[in-house]
Amino acid sequence: MEIKKKATAGTLESSDIFVQVEPNDNGIEINLTSIVYNQFGEDIERTVKEVLSEFDVKNVKIQLKDRGAVECAIRARIETALKRAERMGN
Amino acid sequence: MRRSMLFMPGNNSGMLLNADALGADSVILDLEDAVSPQEKDSARILVRNALKYLGYKGCEVIIRINSIDTDFWKKDLDEIIPMKPDMIMPPKVSSGMDIKVVENYMGEVERRHGIEKKISLIPLIETALGVENAFEIASSSKRIKAIFLGGEDLTADLRCKRTKKGDEIFYSRGRMVMAARAAGIDVYDTPFTDVEDEEGLRTDAEFAKSLGFTGKACISPRHVQSVNEVFSPTLEEIEYAKEVMEIIQVAKEQGKGAISLRGKMIDAPIVERARQTLEAARALGGAF
Repeated sequence: MEIKKKATAGTLESSDIFVQVEPNDNGIEINLTSIVYNQFGEDIERTVKEVLSEFDVKNVKIQLKDRGAVECAIRARIETALKRAERMGN
Repeated sequence: MRRSMLFMPGNNSGMLLNADALGADSVILDLEDAVSPQEKDSARILVRNALKYLGYKGCEVIIRINSIDTDFWKKDLDEIIPMKPDMIMPPKVSSGMDIKVVENYMGEVERRHGIEKKISLIPLIETALGVENAFEIASSSKRIKAIFLGGEDLTADLRCKRTKKGDEIFYSRGRMVMAARAAGIDVYDTPFTDVEDEEGLRTDAEFAKSLGFTGKACISPRHVQSVNEVFSPTLEEIEYAKEVMEIIQVAKEQGKGAISLRGKMIDAPIVERARQTLEAARALGGAF
């Protein structure tokens, strides 16, 4: 999947995660902040990489602001942002 | 047994997380009114992931899709049907033809994904035309297990004010119960929308039960317990039902055609009601 434009998904509400993706020329760049970073930071990063791999994304700058989302919400928000970024136009 | 159906907004990850822990017999994960048009894509992906990873073992799952006059409903079904939810709730159903349209596309998606189970339907009837066609709708497909009255949209269509007392939907409630029972399916009442008014909720639910409704939808978790209580048989009702079944057994053994209990003749409708009460009690897990 090619990231064609900047796109966002999710919210900053409790138990959700805000995701922003944008085109990148140099592979995958992940920028994660989380209220539970010390406990689950590595797990969240692993999930991010898994979803990017599932959608065959090779180049992307992805920023995530986590408010304690569970794995299914993290997966859903990344997928939504990726699909929005894949579409041309607004 | 389905007494309460609790609405949960489909794009709220926090609420979806706990949906099956709030005591409702069914949760309705909403892709329609609770989701803004620009977030429809996000909601259906979130709901699909919630179904896949959260499982919702504690209750039945119903998905309210968007109505067939929008661009969203087919995408909703494409995304959700592969997760095999218990039921799909199409809104603003006004005729049997609306059901055929939804059913045909559901069949298409099921075949595409090799799903043998035919997923059930609970049409939401919330237009004047829908109420007038309630029996036609209720009997239009074997997938339909219940119909559900939506009072808010209906009163907008009727051009009248929605009140707590509900005189304006009295005819519609009666017509819905009649249609559902004639078609041999369940029927659910519109939610009570004042979250703070516990007494009003109970009065409204008891009235719906007295008309023949099977249960009621809720828009707040705070309403679930009262709705469950109202639509469960009481201990007195269960005791009476047991007595009826016992006395009928005695009558059979003694070869009597008619028998009385507590000064009242016990006839076939009373026995049938007693059977239904005991069936409901068993379904709720009581040691009856």
